[in-house]
Amino acid sequence: MSRYFSIRRLTALWKKEFIQMRRDRVTFAMMLGVPLMQLILFGFAINNDPKNLPAALVAPTQDHYTRAIVSALELTGYYRFDHVAVSATEAEALIERGTVAFVVTIPSDFGLRVDRGDRPTLLIEADATDPAVASGAISTLGTVASDALLHEMGIASQAAETARSHLNVIVHRRYNPEGITQYNIVPGLLGVILQMTMVMMTSMALTRETERGTMENLLAMPVTAAEIMLGKVLPYLGVGAVQVIVVLGAAKLLFNVPFVGDLGLLLLGVLVFVLSLVLLGYSISTVSRSQMQAMQLTFFFFLPSIMLSGFMFPFRGMPVWAQWIGELMPLTHFLRMIRAVMLKGAGPANIHPQMTALIVFVIIFALIALARFRRTLD
Amino acid sequence: MTEPAIDVSGLVKRFDGRTVVDHVSMRVEQGEIAGFLGPNGSGKTTTIRVMCGLLTADEGHGRVLGHDLRKRHLIKREIGYMTQRFSLYEDLTIAENLAFVAGLYGLNPVQSFVRDTLADLGLTARRDQLAGTLSGGWKQRLALAACVMHNPRLLLLDEPTAGVDPKARREFWDEIHLRAENGLTVLVSTHYMDEAERCHRINYISYGRLVASGTVADVLAKAGLTTWVLEGPNTPDAAKLLAGKPGVDEVTHFGTTLHVVGRDAAALKRSVADAVQATGVQGQPADTTLEDAFIRFMADGQDNMQ
Repeated sequence: MSRYFSIRRLTALWKKEFIQMRRDRVTFAMMLGVPLMQLILFGFAINNDPKNLPAALVAPTQDHYTRAIVSALELTGYYRFDHVAVSATEAEALIERGTVAFVVTIPSDFGLRVDRGDRPTLLIEADATDPAVASGAISTLGTVASDALLHEMGIASQAAETARSHLNVIVHRRYNPEGITQYNIVPGLLGVILQMTMVMMTSMALTRETERGTMENLLAMPVTAAEIMLGKVLPYLGVGAVQVIVVLGAAKLLFNVPFVGDLGLLLLGVLVFVLSLVLLGYSISTVSRSQMQAMQLTFFFFLPSIMLSGFMFPFRGMPVWAQWIGELMPLTHFLRMIRAVMLKGAGPANIHPQMTALIVFVIIFALIALARFRRTLD
Repeated sequence: MTEPAIDVSGLVKRFDGRTVVDHVSMRVEQGEIAGFLGPNGSGKTTTIRVMCGLLTADEGHGRVLGHDLRKRHLIKREIGYMTQRFSLYEDLTIAENLAFVAGLYGLNPVQSFVRDTLADLGLTARRDQLAGTLSGGWKQRLALAACVMHNPRLLLLDEPTAGVDPKARREFWDEIHLRAENGLTVLVSTHYMDEAERCHRINYISYGRLVASGTVADVLAKAGLTTWVLEGPNTPDAAKLLAGKPGVDEVTHFGTTLHVVGRDAAALKRSVADAVQATGVQGQPADTTLEDAFIRFMADGQDNMQ
């Protein structure tokens, strides 16, 4: 056997590695299962040309022209009228909360104008906080609506070219009129960065103690599970605060992201969000046996939450099942909240569903952590 | 008559169906230094962990300092536990580690407890040194400081002197005796025979079973062994000759001498006489040492396992 290299030694090392791999079932399962799962998940869920987006219809008079336009819009596949015949105020609230991506307003004199031969007007308001949501839907809009209208008026499509100017479609890209992507991305990044660091750091909290052998001493001393949890978790709230200041400062200085909402409300939301993250990390820590496992679990959680939370891809453009998974991530609710507050100036009444969801996460994660914490070395 | 510091009976602890502690009963009186001996993997650490509430026993019951074993939170306040592996924070200084521990025991004011403990154990000069950079002896001293700072009534020490030089070991034991004179009870596990002899009473555990306990003399009597010491140039030949002969249970080399140990005194005497005759070594009866007794116990334990 050579002094510097030997196949035998190498083979022995390989064998040992494979045995260890086989023994560590969680790691093994993750190495095989996770990439496969994520491939399937994201392959189906992510859609850059989102269709079937929720829309609200404000149409005081329901005549056949209105119905023709609505059904034509639905046939494009981009719009799904969930809220039909709502009032203008209701529609405003729906779009501010993010329940719908579009509000289509057909004025009461629409049919009258068409019959008179005047130029009828159609208003489409799109939630452009995420520019990708609106683009596809808006681009098809003008043609589809006017074709439908002309067809309804009995004008053959050959003649339609000349008659197209009959319909006046007004599009409002709300909250982000220029469609600047940073307006959408930067507030979202705050959530992602916080999640990355907070969850990862706290997921090591207990495993590090166990691996360094300090857990034995800690458990032999009179200290309770809740004390250990809070002792581990709260220092990271401070770290989170620094990150919040840096990211919000950068949002203002570098990207000039508009800040319409209430800063106090935003910070309160961030606080609850960070609390849910550190508790999530700590829960991971209570179930992992080593730092390596904690890290893997963190990443296992991290990637889906970026993909399915609405950070990278429009939330409403995903299939419903993917949206349900997204609803299980604190990041999803945080993104909705921060976008609503920063870009739309939403008040407490409009963000309370998100706030409630985050508080529920805080409670659930804390309970899991306390239940899973091993008070003994058993 | 005061209540014993440790009074447990029938403790059983299993890991994945493997019985690590098998019906161990033990009594340690207050103010006593009790030695806890046994080979590696015999269940010493597990028994100590059950006593200090780090593990829950599968069977058995008992009281530590008058508290039921299940009242872990009460026991934890009044005991000091020194782990086998250094388990303070290597990235903290001595003083920071002690302040952390003082905080967890709720000592107030923290800084004065830390100052007194540092002075008491001669750590003041090194107070700002990182624990990770300390040598074995100083780490041990820090660990002791951390577990006596809150004035516990009972110390559980798990192989405290492993990897520590003889001088530091002696100082450590002087410290322990000093504290025992002031009423502290100590249960200390060790591999060193000289340390076992410094204990008031010893408990010997083998394969999870307590096989002997009492004073050193009691344990030797229980072992019921006779020992002959053989000396001379041909001891290796004598050793070969004696192995497996009637009455010979153990043959052990001690430098140039040979210890021959057996339970059947008469048969042993005859076998030794044969060997003396054949190899020309000098044979003399001698006192049985604790080590001889323990090697015998270990062999018995293995027999039991088979």
